[in-house]
Amino acid sequence: MTTTDVTLPRGPQRQRRRVMGAGKQLHAGPVTYTALVLFALVSLAPLVWTAVAASRTNTRLAQTPPPLWFGGNLFKNLGTAWDQAGMGTAMLNSIVVASTITAGTVLFSTLAGFAFAKLRFRFSSLLLLLTIGTMMVPPQLAVVPLYLWMTDLGWANHLQTVILPTLVSAFGTFFMRQYLVQALPTELIEAARMDGASSLRVVWHVVFPAARPAMAVLGLLTFVMAWNDFLWPIIALNSQNPTVQVALNELGTGYIPDDSVIMAGALLGTLPLLVAFLLFGKQIVGGIMQGAVKG
Amino acid sequence: MSSPTASTASTTSDEAPTRRASRTSRTSRAPRAPRRGDGSWRSRLYRWDTKASPYAFIAPFFLIFGAFSLVPLLYTAWYSLHHVQLSSLSTQTWAGLDNYRNLFSSDFFWNALKNTFTIGVLSTVPQLAAALWLAHMLNYRLRGSTIWRVVMLTPYATSAAAATLVFVLLFSPDTGMANWLLHQVGIGAVNWRESNWGSQLAVSSIVIWRWTGYNALIYLAAMQAVPADLYESAALDGAGRWQQFRHVTIPMLRPTILFTVIVSTIGATQLFAEPLLFGGVSGAKGGSEHQYQTLGLYMYDQGWTIGNLGKASAIAWSMFLILLVIAAINLLVSRWLRKSSQ
Repeated sequence: MTTTDVTLPRGPQRQRRRVMGAGKQLHAGPVTYTALVLFALVSLAPLVWTAVAASRTNTRLAQTPPPLWFGGNLFKNLGTAWDQAGMGTAMLNSIVVASTITAGTVLFSTLAGFAFAKLRFRFSSLLLLLTIGTMMVPPQLAVVPLYLWMTDLGWANHLQTVILPTLVSAFGTFFMRQYLVQALPTELIEAARMDGASSLRVVWHVVFPAARPAMAVLGLLTFVMAWNDFLWPIIALNSQNPTVQVALNELGTGYIPDDSVIMAGALLGTLPLLVAFLLFGKQIVGGIMQGAVKG
Repeated sequence: MSSPTASTASTTSDEAPTRRASRTSRTSRAPRAPRRGDGSWRSRLYRWDTKASPYAFIAPFFLIFGAFSLVPLLYTAWYSLHHVQLSSLSTQTWAGLDNYRNLFSSDFFWNALKNTFTIGVLSTVPQLAAALWLAHMLNYRLRGSTIWRVVMLTPYATSAAAATLVFVLLFSPDTGMANWLLHQVGIGAVNWRESNWGSQLAVSSIVIWRWTGYNALIYLAAMQAVPADLYESAALDGAGRWQQFRHVTIPMLRPTILFTVIVSTIGATQLFAEPLLFGGVSGAKGGSEHQYQTLGLYMYDQGWTIGNLGKASAIAWSMFLILLVIAAINLLVSRWLRKSSQ
């Protein structure tokens, strides 16, 4: 994915921004920079301090003043968290769960988003409205029946229990629809259809290439959401077969009463997403802003 | 992934010329679609494909969403009218409105509702105000603007669970960073665990920390869509920075602000991971005196600690009804605001 790909369909907006930047957009003064540095410190300090606390001992964390710099116990604590607190299994499980959910969400959202954006069918606007409306329904409304059914099926503690219900997303469908409405020229689809291309062919050769930048962004956002999902996983899974969040929940309720190991667990569980932010931060930021303008 | 038309065509040799013809026509873009009234199986297949494919494309979404969200929503209503115990899942007896009656006469329910409201206000109002300010600053011409944005978003990468585990230590009443910092500036220690407002403030701070940057980006996107000439004419009228912000930015951002208020309200109504893990070993009680037990936590407590899934279902539906009422109020307020601004 290249940068030009991501920004390509947003041409008009970029241009407007450039006009603004050239003439009107004000330069930030020293006061603004100071305030921004403070905001940045507040954003990053808790994460840095997690690493500081994870590199200390439990005894040291129970003393005042709290440690402000790194100690020498980081790898010992990470090892304990990995082996004894089940963070190793949890990380593998979370990778499987979040990757599957991401693949499913991106695929199904693109298909449905394409249909809503470019195809005419009965009740399409009603169904789209229903899709948007469902974003308001809290997950609490589903967990009791899901728990009963999954227990009946003997699926409690199996990964498919947490994968299946989140394999599609109303947000993703709406996101792809909004993108494809303007990024996919209708003439391109018509031309392919004129040539006698079947719908699947159109999707494969026309829709997917046009949707690729948005699919990548949706994939990143979905992965973050799936990795951090909490309520249903802690009901459906236990410490025998946990995801990262389930393992963190166990840690938080006194499973291992050692604060430095708990911090090591929190650090491990966040690390994959921090790496993703380091690599794709620009795209994730762009995705959130893009979703906002059109949403 | 080959289309049904193409795969059948390749098996019969006499169809090959047609295929080749359609391939050449792709470059010349001549309309070569099967004509209407052409009764061949091929054109029928083509027409059927055009008609059915939209439904096929939306089917996975609606099937999975229906099976795992919509149907459970209705079943939750059904279970809320039954006695369902975690210990004996197979015996479900009709309860009528017992669960709701039980709920509305319970002090813990009203306590949880009150806590959800106060924590919701404590976390949403400062969060959105800070986000607006942050977005305003990010909208200036900055060196390394992308880096600033990514930095402000990093808390969003931290899960609620991980963030809460860290904040529990930061807010530890005896040895935590928060009280140590307060001590440095001469303010006495706050009991972030036991005190009513202290614990609610601590829980709210986790939400504020995780979501301010995210909302700032949403505001920033909206600010960048404000036409530059509005600022130009405001500047010509002699409006300073603050006046431009008040009289141009805020009115133009009104729909976006409403959007974030709704999303944050939905989030606040179902707040769960933060108060659960802030309680640590005390579990889903939300503190020794239930001082920060939210509705989401109360539902989990009733359903999976006490084992009364029927009552948990009733709590879930109460949450849903509350959300609908809030959404209606939001709609009315925004309509009133729009009218009064005209």
